[in-house]
Amino acid sequence: MLAALLVLPAVASSYIVTVFIFIFFYAYLGQAWNIVGGYAGQLSAGHAAFVGLGAYTAVVLSMWAGVSPWLGMFVGAALSAGLGAVIGFLGFRFGLRGFYFVLLTVAFAEICRIVALNVDAVGGALGLYITFTGNPWQFQFQDNRVYYYVALALLVLATGVVALLERHRTGLYLAAIREDEVASEALGVDAFREKMLAMVVSSFLTGLGGTFYAYYLFSLQPNAVFGIPLSVEIIIRPIVGGAGTLPGPILGAFILSPLQEFSRLYFSGGGWHGAHLIAYGVLLVVVVLFLPQGAYPYVRRVFGRARA
Amino acid sequence: MTPLLEADRLSKSFGGLHAVKDLSFDVREGEMLALIGPNGAGKTTVFALLSGFLRPDGGDIRLRGRSVLGEKPHAIVARGLCRTFQIVRPFPRLSVLRNVMVGALARHPQLRAAEARARAVLEEVGLARAHDRPAGGLTLAERKRLELARALATEPALLLLDEVMAGLNDAETERIVDLVRRINGRGVAILLIEHVMRAVMALAQRIVVISGGERIAEGAPDAVARDPRVIEAYLGDEHVDAAPA
Amino acid sequence: MAVGLSLIFGVMRVVNFAHGDMMVWGMYLAWLLAARLGVDPYLGFVVCALALFVAGVLIQRGLVDRIVDAPHEMQILLMLGVALVLENAALLAFGPEPRRVRSVLSGVTVWLGPLFVDVARLVTFAVAVALTAALSLFLFRTDIGRSIRAAADNTYGALVIGTDVARVYAIAFGVGAACVGAAGALVAPLVPFEPATGLARSVTSFNVVIVGGMGSLLGAFIGGLLVSVAESLGAVLLAPSLKELLSFSLLIVILLVRPAGLLGRRG
Repeated sequence: MLAALLVLPAVASSYIVTVFIFIFFYAYLGQAWNIVGGYAGQLSAGHAAFVGLGAYTAVVLSMWAGVSPWLGMFVGAALSAGLGAVIGFLGFRFGLRGFYFVLLTVAFAEICRIVALNVDAVGGALGLYITFTGNPWQFQFQDNRVYYYVALALLVLATGVVALLERHRTGLYLAAIREDEVASEALGVDAFREKMLAMVVSSFLTGLGGTFYAYYLFSLQPNAVFGIPLSVEIIIRPIVGGAGTLPGPILGAFILSPLQEFSRLYFSGGGWHGAHLIAYGVLLVVVVLFLPQGAYPYVRRVFGRARA
Repeated sequence: MTPLLEADRLSKSFGGLHAVKDLSFDVREGEMLALIGPNGAGKTTVFALLSGFLRPDGGDIRLRGRSVLGEKPHAIVARGLCRTFQIVRPFPRLSVLRNVMVGALARHPQLRAAEARARAVLEEVGLARAHDRPAGGLTLAERKRLELARALATEPALLLLDEVMAGLNDAETERIVDLVRRINGRGVAILLIEHVMRAVMALAQRIVVISGGERIAEGAPDAVARDPRVIEAYLGDEHVDAAPA
Repeated sequence: MAVGLSLIFGVMRVVNFAHGDMMVWGMYLAWLLAARLGVDPYLGFVVCALALFVAGVLIQRGLVDRIVDAPHEMQILLMLGVALVLENAALLAFGPEPRRVRSVLSGVTVWLGPLFVDVARLVTFAVAVALTAALSLFLFRTDIGRSIRAAADNTYGALVIGTDVARVYAIAFGVGAACVGAAGALVAPLVPFEPATGLARSVTSFNVVIVGGMGSLLGAFIGGLLVSVAESLGAVLLAPSLKELLSFSLLIVILLVRPAGLLGRRG
């Protein structure tokens, strides 16, 4: 599978490569979210905040101090992890669960968005634009295929982290917390510590992705990178694919990104802007009602039967 | 010799209502002690206090002579005290094996070792054949045994069992009684809340009776059963028929 | 508007993410009525309320009913899905441009004692108060209202005494939606609106409900006032564009300190 993906850019058209870049990137963000949202069951609806913080940090460092985004992305990720720790600390220490935790994360993301909108030093409402130099040191590449490999590497990284979690007691502990937090504590799980760990790792990875976002699109607008819609994009793939499973976010990305491309190609021409979001909405409703564990368990069953 | 667990003048009230009042008792190493009392006597509150889920308003709790006051539940598990819940709380979408592994991880941080330990415990409680089923699909009797198995997997010195027999039929109760006795026979001290009097009489070496959050009697089962204060406390209670005659 | 949300949450513990979008639909219905049929929004709101009542009952019966016992997270996701559909259906149907509804009262102002008041705002406020009062009467004085409150207190208990809980839920959801629809129609003459404002409105109204107290009508009212005050203060003290900053900060503080809200019961 991975080998096929590695040679794909050599044979595929530039358009296909672009589609795959988006699949990888959103699968990456979904996988990062999956750690805290899927495994630990803490539904964060504000993960855009980490994308935005990571992106702004890398771009601002590069513009003002000439720091390479390759370094800046880790600074941004560290800041995102810091923000994640603050949100996690407040949410978990004060015992906010379910909907209340959702609201807390949304409120933080919205505050980030409003701040970015109003600080002129980082471009205010207009945002920041990156001038294209094609300098790899500046995270810019003449060749689309380099972005492809970077996105793939990110996805492999996040998936590796999650695979590591599954092989470590933290993975099982997070699942236990998701299923019944009180019962997990009665069995010796330090729920607060495990949830904090999940939140920090998740926000670190998400922040790392922010830099890719900025340097692939060459612009940063507060409403786009901090907004609720991006958070929804991040959440929906793992949910559809199967939250709390290793392949879930990837499967979800392979289902949703082509769908998004399709509706963008065929509907947006005639002013049908929201079509793919309607499809998201319908899909979300269908998944909740009929496939509450996402597509992965179902897909696995079908394949299991085929093998047997 | 210091007792394994000492509850020292514990008090807890909810909005002016005393759930537990000046309650003292202790559990010795390897002992099986039953905590009984009419409905609403504060038994489950006592469990919540001992296991760190609630913080007492007053008093002290000592495990092997050291206070565990203010420690979180997971830390208390590490010290060797584990509880079950009256209304069982399995992790419904995890397999039976993984349910028990969560407990086993408290002593064996490596997944492989925890799995081996969990399999041994499942064998002991008779759930080995159900190991790959999701816990949500078990029968009540199986879930009660799973609850016990998970707690056992944390390798406690003292096991707090909250009505592990409630709602079971005679044959199922029999099995659990045997199981609890076997566990105790291995040297695990057990503190038992139970309404099924037959089981209490058969199992407990000592009984503490509480009513209105206060201790009203303590002693060997047959002595407690004859105690007029105990009979009075149970009179008018719906469990009067279950009380020892 | 938050009154409706509070009702839905209070009764069913269902978090209605589609709330803001229902409001937007109320606004567009008012706009349609005004533009096509010449019905003034101050009359049209009755129609909007009825339409949203039906929509609310349908959503409840068709979707939410199936997962009332599911984990909270699933309900949040379900309603998020509904919100996405509603919002973007509005976008498809009406386009992204902001719209405005004219009422005969628009631009009419009167002196009210020492104050110079916009009549449209006055009427909106008066009708909102009247609706809240009517809703309280409905909840406290009618049989079905009592059943709703009983179900809110204790689903199991209501089941035991023979209430048709599914029906009560449907009505509660419908009434909640109707309130939002009416609110949308009533606010439509005052502010321009566009489809994309739906989710943001949901967040604002959660804000109001949380601050005031989940499941408490009076709380929702007070929450509305507090959030407005916070936003005005923010606008004066910081900058107009930063006003939401203060209300979101207020939300975070309330969430942490008193998650059930100022007047809510602790769950």
